[in-house]
Amino acid sequence: MTKNDRPLSPHLSIYRWPVTMASSILHRGTGVALAVGFIVFVGWLFDAALGPDTYDAFTGFMGSGPGILLLVGWSYAFFYHLCNGVRHLVWDSGRGLGKRASTASGWLVIVLSVVVTALFWLVVS
Amino acid sequence: MSLRSPLGRVLGLGSAKHGTAHWWAQRVSAVAMAFLGLWFVVSLAALPGFAHADAVAFIGHPVNAVLLLLLSVAMAYHSWLGVQVVIEDYVHAHVLRLVLLFLSRFAHIFLAVAAVFAILKIGLGA
Repeated sequence: MTKNDRPLSPHLSIYRWPVTMASSILHRGTGVALAVGFIVFVGWLFDAALGPDTYDAFTGFMGSGPGILLLVGWSYAFFYHLCNGVRHLVWDSGRGLGKRASTASGWLVIVLSVVVTALFWLVVS
Repeated sequence: MSLRSPLGRVLGLGSAKHGTAHWWAQRVSAVAMAFLGLWFVVSLAALPGFAHADAVAFIGHPVNAVLLLLLSVAMAYHSWLGVQVVIEDYVHAHVLRLVLLFLSRFAHIFLAVAAVFAILKIGLGA
């Protein structure tokens, strides 16, 4: 067989990205990020059980610049995954699967998750 | 004409032999996580501070301890199911896939047990 340079399906690199495609891969990406965040959640619980010294070392890092940045990322991942998860549950009921509806709900989820993350940090700080 | 056996058709499990079990478990744990996760972030936002005493007082309260136990188990389960699908989708080398699936399962069980132990230790004041 001759070797050719035709693109392989799915042609991810040549599609113009519709919002439904972006929101789909973002759901998976935030899910993986939250799986990593689960380690930190358990670390928080475990360090609290170990005592003030270990716990202070934990909050010392998490309260620093890089720590806060990670926490903002995880909070966004949580709110996005939650909002888009509800979108998936609605889809599972057979509703909102049309082109217009799924595009609209995609944008809604992206905007809503940013707004809720901002509100969360306004309350916390 | 269908080539499926009458027994295969009535069991409805398809070629994976698990039917919709994985998919359904993901949905059930997702609904649990929606409520427990929302409770947790609202609780975090309402916490008076993040000092050790604040954390222990929050985790040790009986209602919070029970909800944190449920949250930890639901999160471990939901995360395990999700990571499993990601590994199965992207890792095609047979041995590596098997190793990663093992590691992911063990890691999630380890984290769940560690979380449960920590919550009980604080909650029971041991």
